[in-house]
Amino acid sequence: MSTVEKDVLSRTDLEGLVDDRDQQIAELKARLAEWEESYDGIARRDVLFSTVSGREVKPLYTELDHASDDQSVGYPGMYPFTRGPYATMYRTRLWTMRQFAGFATAEETNERYKYLLAHGQTGLSVAFDFPTLMGYDSDHDRSLGEVGVCGVAISSLADMERLFEGIPLDQVSVSMTINGPAIILFCFYVAAAERQGVDVSVLRGTVQNDILKEYQAQHAWIYPPEPALRCIIDMFEWCSEHTPKYNPISISGYHIREAGATAAEELAFTLRNGFEYVERGIARGLDVDSFAPRLSFFFDVHNDFFEEIAKLRAARRIWARGMREKYGAKNPDSWRLRTHCQTAGVTLVAQQPENNIVRVAYQAMAAALGGTQSLHTNSMDETLALPTEKSVRIALRTQQVLAYESGVANTIDPLAGSHYVEALTDDIERDALALFEEIDEMGGVVPGIEQGWFQQEIANSAMRQQREVESAERVVVGVNHFTEGSGDIEIETLRIDPEVEERQVAKMADMRVGRDDAAVSATLTALTEACRADANVVPYILECARTYCTLFEIRAAMEEVFGSYKEPVFF
Amino acid sequence: MSDERKIRVLVAKPGLDGHDRGAKIIASAFRDAGFEVVYTGLHQTPEMIVNAAVQEDVDVVAMSVLSGAHMTLFPRVKSLLDEAGADHMLLTGGGIIPEDDVVELEQRGVGRLFGPGTSTLDAIAYVNEWFATTHAN
Repeated sequence: MSTVEKDVLSRTDLEGLVDDRDQQIAELKARLAEWEESYDGIARRDVLFSTVSGREVKPLYTELDHASDDQSVGYPGMYPFTRGPYATMYRTRLWTMRQFAGFATAEETNERYKYLLAHGQTGLSVAFDFPTLMGYDSDHDRSLGEVGVCGVAISSLADMERLFEGIPLDQVSVSMTINGPAIILFCFYVAAAERQGVDVSVLRGTVQNDILKEYQAQHAWIYPPEPALRCIIDMFEWCSEHTPKYNPISISGYHIREAGATAAEELAFTLRNGFEYVERGIARGLDVDSFAPRLSFFFDVHNDFFEEIAKLRAARRIWARGMREKYGAKNPDSWRLRTHCQTAGVTLVAQQPENNIVRVAYQAMAAALGGTQSLHTNSMDETLALPTEKSVRIALRTQQVLAYESGVANTIDPLAGSHYVEALTDDIERDALALFEEIDEMGGVVPGIEQGWFQQEIANSAMRQQREVESAERVVVGVNHFTEGSGDIEIETLRIDPEVEERQVAKMADMRVGRDDAAVSATLTALTEACRADANVVPYILECARTYCTLFEIRAAMEEVFGSYKEPVFF
Repeated sequence: MSDERKIRVLVAKPGLDGHDRGAKIIASAFRDAGFEVVYTGLHQTPEMIVNAAVQEDVDVVAMSVLSGAHMTLFPRVKSLLDEAGADHMLLTGGGIIPEDDVVELEQRGVGRLFGPGTSTLDAIAYVNEWFATTHAN
């Protein structure tokens, strides 16, 4: 008893400290009141003083608005990582400038990748076409008119081999944006690496593989939630053993935000989805520290500069606390939220498209100040078509100007201690935690999806933003204000030749003739059995990939057991 | 007799593209404007859309296409509508559609196509005007 008392302040000391603090707060409040009085009589501009997410913003923030202390802000690279996931951040390594690209056939995209690598890019990011994203082969009826249009068409290992021909997969990190059939494309990728003679344990990269946000926002699904989640945990398990440097998921807020969510909704839904995957992994019997260090994130960076910075800071804090305190992770790498960011496609407008360069630049700066690990900057012409080479180059140059000229990369988390940024970080964290409670009350993420709750919340937020723009309360330059010159859009756009589809379909036909049909049907049957038997399906899909089963054949072999997802339709 | 009945609109998402923000916003705006609105949900084939249009006996089919497949999907739906004897229906829509393609599709019998940044009020006014003109007597 007495040993404890030695370390504790006396009651009188404590009361003295409290009195001092009360005194300080009273003085601060008095000064604030004085300032408010001076401000009171002055007219305000007749505009919204709220963020794009509808968060009211006060005219002034002071230390009375936040409780930033060492526990909640701390130091970069240290729990709870508010100031950044790594100790030295951009002093050691700038964020990775990773531009998403893919179009037409594997050969054409391969050429683009070689061009990008020759110009110093170290990571690749694959954009697939819609048929691939939905698990259809290029020669399937449903693919008509969409082959190679919005990304590259990959229907089998043969296409994947062509995509990376001459690109050593042990030397580049490759990010693949695919979800519904992610496990299949991942197996094509691993099999392509094997064909190159690469030891797959050295593979680095990321597959998006985040199905929960597909049901909520992006809508490229195949199977219902339970079997889809099973496949994701199969990937966690397989990757932790065989490809330990590869990220088997990128838990994504981007699409949730683009579909209309507010910043707080994006943050809350994404992190809650992340915790859902963690719970599923633990329920499988995996040690949380065996897979959590490889979970990666992907956020949108929208127009409201400070709110986006606060969102990224809050994301790291919430994730760290949840992983350590609720899920019992012991490895600091399991607490550390690492994220990719992309500027907000939805903020680009068709009117006076050159202005989009400026929007992207501000958003990119917010991403850097928020401490992102990698960044894609959108091109100015993406509301009109796929970006041209010139507009992609401007987007990349925007990042280079930011990184090398603006000075933002010189010091770590330079906005820490800003009354506004710390208050916003606290507020947005509080909002996210309140949304977690709402989700838990519904029984969790999957019941929320099945009831259409996430989808409705996102649609409501989208509608509110649309009304603000249409009533011109929310100023959008060139759209509802400053519209002189908005009439004529003179900009060159990229077009995909319709012959791409014919060429791809012809190649599929050749591939089908050249393969071993008996092996194809044997590996597909084995896969269906594995689905039924609750085995980890990765080795079975890998076998299918090696025998040149197509994407749709593999999809269908699993669908036999898993069924398909039916969305709740409403508006 | 003046036509007092509500304008019936099918809002449709053809193809494999899952971006439904615009479709849902336009569906809500049409409903708020007093139209009767049916929304198809995602990933519809042209056949599914035309079946729904005929079954629901709509006046307008409004398609949202952001996938770049508009030059396949709009003409296909248009010809299926014509085949089904539904050439009185207005086929209109929106999405990411380059200007040259808009012109070509309009020449092929598709109605106005709206780009990004369109006010829902413009789309509503267009449908109202079309309906007033084509149902004048």
